[in-house]
Amino acid sequence: MGLPSLSLIAQSVLSGVFIGALYGLLGLGLSLSWGLLRQINLAHFALAFLAAYLCYQLSTVGGIDPLLTLVVIVPGFFALGVAMQWLFARFEITAFNSLLVTFGLTVIVESLIQSIWTADFRRLESTYGNAKFKLGFLYIPAPELLTLVLSLSLAFSMWAALRYTDIGKALRAAAEDGPIATAFGVNRQALALLLSGACAALAGVAGVCIALSYTLAPAQIYGWIGVVFAAVMMGGLGRPLGPIVAGIVIGVSESVTMALTSPSWAPLVSFSLLIVVLLVRPSRV
Amino acid sequence: MNRVYAALAIAGALLAAVPLLGLPLFYESFCYLVFHWIVLATSWNILSGYSGYFSFGHGAFFGAGMYTTATLASRFDVPFLWTLPAAALVAVLLGLALGAVVFRVRGVRGELFALVTLAFTFVVGTIILNTRIDGGPGIYLSAVPIPKIGPSPASTFYLLGLAAALATLAIAYGIYRSRLGVGLFAIHDDEDVAEVLGVPTFRCKMVAFGVSCGLAAIAGGIHALFISYVTAGDTFTITVPLTVVLMSVLGGTRHWAGPAVGATIITALLYAFTAGDHAIAGKAVFGGVLIAVILFMPQGVLGTLVARRRKRRASAVPVPAADAMMETRPPREARPIGPERILVAHGIRKAFRGVRALERVDIDVREGEILGLVGPNGSGKSTFVNLVSGHYRPDGGELVFAGEDIAHHDAHWIARAGVARTYQIPRPFEHLTVLDNVAVPAMFGAAHLDRDAALREARRWLEFTGLADKAEWLPEDLNLHQRKFLELARALASRPRLLLLDEVLSGLTPTEIDGAIRLIRRIRDEGATIVFVEHVMRAVWALTDRIVVLDHGQVIAEGTAEEVMGRSDVVTAFLGKAHA
Repeated sequence: MGLPSLSLIAQSVLSGVFIGALYGLLGLGLSLSWGLLRQINLAHFALAFLAAYLCYQLSTVGGIDPLLTLVVIVPGFFALGVAMQWLFARFEITAFNSLLVTFGLTVIVESLIQSIWTADFRRLESTYGNAKFKLGFLYIPAPELLTLVLSLSLAFSMWAALRYTDIGKALRAAAEDGPIATAFGVNRQALALLLSGACAALAGVAGVCIALSYTLAPAQIYGWIGVVFAAVMMGGLGRPLGPIVAGIVIGVSESVTMALTSPSWAPLVSFSLLIVVLLVRPSRV
Repeated sequence: MNRVYAALAIAGALLAAVPLLGLPLFYESFCYLVFHWIVLATSWNILSGYSGYFSFGHGAFFGAGMYTTATLASRFDVPFLWTLPAAALVAVLLGLALGAVVFRVRGVRGELFALVTLAFTFVVGTIILNTRIDGGPGIYLSAVPIPKIGPSPASTFYLLGLAAALATLAIAYGIYRSRLGVGLFAIHDDEDVAEVLGVPTFRCKMVAFGVSCGLAAIAGGIHALFISYVTAGDTFTITVPLTVVLMSVLGGTRHWAGPAVGATIITALLYAFTAGDHAIAGKAVFGGVLIAVILFMPQGVLGTLVARRRKRRASAVPVPAADAMMETRPPREARPIGPERILVAHGIRKAFRGVRALERVDIDVREGEILGLVGPNGSGKSTFVNLVSGHYRPDGGELVFAGEDIAHHDAHWIARAGVARTYQIPRPFEHLTVLDNVAVPAMFGAAHLDRDAALREARRWLEFTGLADKAEWLPEDLNLHQRKFLELARALASRPRLLLLDEVLSGLTPTEIDGAIRLIRRIRDEGATIVFVEHVMRAVWALTDRIVVLDHGQVIAEGTAEEVMGRSDVVTAFLGKAHA
């Protein structure tokens, strides 16, 4: 086997960046709710796929532009997130139990999707789907580029919001020490509802991005969990820019591995990276 | 013979006779699946339920067992039954290798352990898929002869599953009742405290993990032959760990039989819901049941029952007279303070990221004395206690206890050697009863008693501290005063030679302090040497033979209370400089 050409390597680095951006976008909401609300939200993936299917349905049957579906999906999912948080607060669910409860939710959403759209593969055909342009010797597909732009801008705006706004500061204070923050007049319950809503809305956006670039099947919900968690943990919990940076690192190393060896070795890279990070720097979490 | 073992043996004998009835094949296969999940869930629970280290990597060890059996039986023609010990061995080695790394990192607990083990599953799966072990197409076992144990292949699997399930339950119960089990439950609630009380936490976790992995692999080996076609894609998934977690949580993770109850319920539910025409709806119901259980029964079926029984027992205990604490044992004759130094600290240094907590500190403690350790907040008193008890290691200097260098030993080793401590803010094991809290150090500390003797010893110290009527309570039901005394009882139950009391009096009312002072005198009369860290000067005056004053991490004065507390530099350290 000869050395792969430079253009092949460059193309796989680029596709690694694109897939990494999606890892980062999915990881963003996950990281925020884990870091700031102490919830491990497996249902984040189910919500993303629910949004992807809704986007598929609205644009295939309703004939709406896939990007316009965000107008419906973002507020709708925000409301869902608020409702979930209300349930979590009502029953005082611990971090570990949140994992189990949201797994239950995931299974329910999966069977909901399966009963509406069946287990067959679905593919959103849109004007964006096949659009791509050439930059030098590299192909750049439009939906992936859109994902990258959305992912970067959302990560940066969340970062800025947490850092510079009063609400962001209050959220970080409440995560650091809840009772003290409350004593200083922070309304933790309301903030948690807001954040949970925002995270679910982020899942909705990620879902639209998935629908634009990928073929959908209900069982794929579980395919993303491992690698996105790896990105979240490597990026550090509750840090908006962490998942996207870590996601791109993972994405690039995966796709270069695929180009150099065979695709089936790819999981080894991301999970070995995760294990190493956890063992060397457990304090990141 | 123990009642539980007898019940397991009788149940085994009765169930083993079932194949003779000649029931339709379906029943035997269904029962096999129940047994299969009992083994997996119960083995998972031995580490994860008891110690709280939730593993999401059970699929890796189950899969390792499957592939060991599949490879040996199909490629090397090893007789099937001989492949099972090999499968267990491979999984145990794999688990111990992972544990040796993961259990050493203090930060990898709780959710992090879950994710490391989940990632480990995918790593093992990817390696198996891409090497000659599998290579992609999977392994067929259809040519492997099924041993003739029962009248038919289905009954053979039934009997194999039954044997594995009974053995697993017996092991789980054995560990539950043993010193190891108590240690694991202590780790679950507060690993650092468990270690300081003498529980060899690393070893406990390794043993439990090894047993857990080996049993999972045996279930995997049997299952490989049962399904007769093994693929990496179906084996190394998140399904196995999630199912066993669900089963154990449903049944109750704090009871040895909980996972078995959960496994039976869920296998039956899964069959009922997914076998018919409503597979998809069944899945949703499955998810709904999980949510409902966590919300309404977070302790699981057996956990809820056990908690109810404990409540009844706790309220049934008659309440003795209020101040029983004073008269239980006649105090022994006070030992004179000898010339021997039981603890020698020489040139001890400890810094936290540049903050020097202790700077070349020399402190000697003589056998039989009460040494007061005083100083303003942040002067390094608690750091000293943490160093002697092994919670931290010193950056430099010598620390010799009873002739042995303890600076480089783990905390449990130091506890075993005869050092015990209390925590300024009480840190009881919140899920263990008051009695069990005190029995932990009796089992693992210097006394090192077996379980029954430890419980007797614990009762004695509960009487000594006036908590005898609260033996069956949980620590959360105690008030601060009682929690402080629980700390004391726990430290005393290890029968320490050196007792480190870290501000046991803070937060108590004056009357409670008087009681505590009398109690501490009696402890000394029993023969212990005490290092007494305290801010309540009245108690320091009343109790100590000698005091050492720390300020900014250095010893600034040493002598009797009268000598030391009059010195102007000591007064300055406590109260600041007077404005002339």
